Amino acid sequence: MTIYYNFAYLDEGTKKKIRRTLLKAVAIPGHQIPFASREMPLPYGWGTGGIQVTAAVIGPEDILKVIDQGSDDTTNAVSIRNFFRSTTGVRTTTSTREATLIQTRHRIPETPLHAGQILVYQVPMPEPLFKLEPRVSETIALHAMADYSLMYLKLYDQITRYGRIAIGYEYPVIVHDRYLTSPSPIPAYDVPKMHMSPALQLFGAGREKRLYAIPPYTRVIPLDFTDYPFDPVNTRQPCALCGAVESYKDEIVIDDAGNRQFICSDTDFCEHRR
Amino acid sequence: MSYRPVPILMARDLTLSFGTLRALESVSLEIYPGEVLAIVGESGSGKTTLLNTLYGVLAPGAGEVRFGENGELDRCVQTLPRQQLRHLHRSAWGYVHQNPRDALRMEITAGGNIVERLMAAGEKHYGTLREKALFWLQKVEIDPKRIDDLPTTFSGGMQQRLQIARTLISHPYLLFMDEPTSGLDVSVQAGLLDLLRNLVSEQRMAVILVTHDLAVARLLAGRIAVMQRGRIIETGVTDQVLDDPQHPYTQLLVSSVLPA
Ligand SMILES: Nc1ncnc2c1ncn2[C@@H]1O[C@H](COP(=O)(O)OP(=O)(O)OP(=O)(O)O)[C@@H](O)[C@H]1O
Ligand SMILES: [Mg+2]
Repeated sequence: MTIYYNFAYLDEGTKKKIRRTLLKAVAIPGHQIPFASREMPLPYGWGTGGIQVTAAVIGPEDILKVIDQGSDDTTNAVSIRNFFRSTTGVRTTTSTREATLIQTRHRIPETPLHAGQILVYQVPMPEPLFKLEPRVSETIALHAMADYSLMYLKLYDQITRYGRIAIGYEYPVIVHDRYLTSPSPIPAYDVPKMHMSPALQLFGAGREKRLYAIPPYTRVIPLDFTDYPFDPVNTRQPCALCGAVESYKDEIVIDDAGNRQFICSDTDFCEHRR
Repeated sequence: MSYRPVPILMARDLTLSFGTLRALESVSLEIYPGEVLAIVGESGSGKTTLLNTLYGVLAPGAGEVRFGENGELDRCVQTLPRQQLRHLHRSAWGYVHQNPRDALRMEITAGGNIVERLMAAGEKHYGTLREKALFWLQKVEIDPKRIDDLPTTFSGGMQQRLQIARTLISHPYLLFMDEPTSGLDVSVQAGLLDLLRNLVSEQRMAVILVTHDLAVARLLAGRIAVMQRGRIIETGVTDQVLDDPQHPYTQLLVSSVLPA
């Protein structure tokens, strides 16, 4: 028995609705738009939002890359890639340069993106004010009034407590000089790559049922203080495999004695340099 | 031509019901630049309801509240867009709650609480924010060393001082206060009242002060409005009203609290 799935799994009506929401999202950069998130054949927290966005925008000509924590070969990346290969028949790749569509969790590729590419982020929590203001109606009002003093309060308290802004992941940004936006849980180190990127950046939060977008060549500015400017930390240790200094590293335990190595988290980037 | 001061806020015929209960009945009042107006009356007479209606967080069934800074009452609280009302609440107006916990962010340090309004107004220099926080801590007579402590570690009186610093830092021209001293011990009250009196005259702001304590009204207010069952039944210069009350209800109120 063969099971027939529609191209990219979702039915055309659903894809159309998601695409209309994405158009809205692109028109209001950084603003979260609610959407009717569907059940997907994997649990929330495994990228259901990103997968729905990818399914809505993917076409037969696309070349798809899927990364998880920068790696093309983790279980999650492999199964999402297989899922789209079997439901669309599109070509897949691990090459950032070659891909037209990249779905990602937790990283932006080191290789600069180019015009025409689409980067789809899997987002667990789209609301950057969530931990500071639990009432959804109030966060909506704060966005409407562009009142982000709550987030500045958080930064103020961090400098007071730790002597610096100690946000390593999910660093809050202002998109297009207007909306406070979560860049998803990528390292703060990746945030500058979002600013004026030639690629279209789409964000899908399945459980929270929100989509948002950053169109190409859009200003993405990290929140900071003039005397405590945004300054993400990254190890100055070179990659043990390729020697790269500027790339973002994972720290890996390599033996039972607890010895550690720093290795590029972006496997495609690292392999090309070796 | 004689000089006639123009009010900065004027309420006309405010009426408000909670179900069948008339909480406000045709209330009118004016407040002038730099003056302190006390609203007094027994519990349940409608003081807080009136204050919140003037402030714009309760909508009256009838009547309106007009205000303006430039000698013209050109804006109306009831028809002001929500965004503008919020902006007003965050800078040009202030509200001091009876319970400081209703206003303070208990999980944020004292310094952070004090400077929130400045950040909302766009101040993005940490050093400047620290300086302002220290300055205001001193102004409300809290040891500047406590700048990085959480409000939960403060006494009730200190929390109230913190709330006042946090509100006054944006130099509001109009301050709303609802029983700012009544949750406190008598000895603490006295110190806080002293502080409030000094700040109010120094900052030259107008104050609408709700209190059931005629001694507080006597100490702080230039004018007084007496409420009974949702109506203002008598209004005038504080000393006059308290020393020579005209309305029988005021006479009762004064004689019970301020025995001759
Ligand atoms: N949200 C509400 N719903 C129903 N009734 C209310 C509400 N708020 C106030 N009331 C009633 O309206 C009347 C006026 O209340 P208000 O709180 O304004 O009095 P008050 O003068 O401030 O009293 P107190 O000195 O005790 O604070 C009271 O009878 C009160 O029970
Ligand atoms: Mg009251």
